[in-house]
Amino acid sequence: MIQLLAFYLFATLTIASAVLVIMSRNPVHSVLWLIVAFFNAAGLMVLVGAEFIAMLLVIVYVGAVAVLFLFVVMMLDIDFAELRAGFIRNFPLGILIALILLAELVLGIGAIRAGSLELGVADGSAAPILDRSNIESIGALLYGKYLFLFETAGIILLVAMVGAIVLTHRARKDTRPQDVSRQVRRRPEEATVNVKPEVGKGVQL
Amino acid sequence: MIGIEHYVVVSSILFVLGVLGIFLNRKNVIVILMAIELILLAVNINLVAFSAFLGDLTGQIFAMFVLTVAAGEAAIGLAILVIYFRGRGSIAVDDVNRMRG
Repeated sequence: MIQLLAFYLFATLTIASAVLVIMSRNPVHSVLWLIVAFFNAAGLMVLVGAEFIAMLLVIVYVGAVAVLFLFVVMMLDIDFAELRAGFIRNFPLGILIALILLAELVLGIGAIRAGSLELGVADGSAAPILDRSNIESIGALLYGKYLFLFETAGIILLVAMVGAIVLTHRARKDTRPQDVSRQVRRRPEEATVNVKPEVGKGVQL
Repeated sequence: MIGIEHYVVVSSILFVLGVLGIFLNRKNVIVILMAIELILLAVNINLVAFSAFLGDLTGQIFAMFVLTVAAGEAAIGLAILVIYFRGRGSIAVDDVNRMRG
């Protein structure tokens, strides 16, 4: 009973906040509703016993992605009213395409329920370990069978980080940053000069 | 009792809402990126639900990889957005024709 109640609570809140994400007038509100949507989706995942992915969702999305979105929305000076100009005009086409997509998905779900699609059964090679928590089973699988995929994910994150830095970095003309390699390359011979000025004469620098 | 169908229905609705968000906010690239995040969330819910009901953890592993790609995509997308705004002073993307491609 409590499970049913929790499921409907989380599902309703997820969908309602998703609607508010795409309908909201101000993108800052959209980001905040996105956070609510991800929290409730994490709740849905906890209900089926996938605690690790749920916590990962909260940490990665609320802790990193949503903050990134908030930074960008708040730092750029954007006229949001002008950006909503086509909202009403796009509405009928958008609803039409969404309904067609929904009908297709319902058709697909109906086909599975009618038994016309054979999904196959799990071969048991990735079954959860008995008497162990979700995170221990995932760890055993992730660092065993899927080790190379895990390292590839790390490389993807590295490339994304380098890409984001290269894209947004700009060399500013009005600052004078320290150039370490030039400082190290500097030698006494090219930096100092010995002069012997005559008495009464100045030194030409 | 909650079955797999409940989860599939929720994720289908979430997926359709994400697609609808892309069509409704065709000018505002920030909301488009958020709609893509919603679509990826729907995929994640599907993967996790099937993984839990089938008793096979592969779906949860793949949900983690989807999460990785989503985070990278958000970072790169927002970086592109920032340099686009620097050059144009606006983020209206429905008339991006600078490259005449």
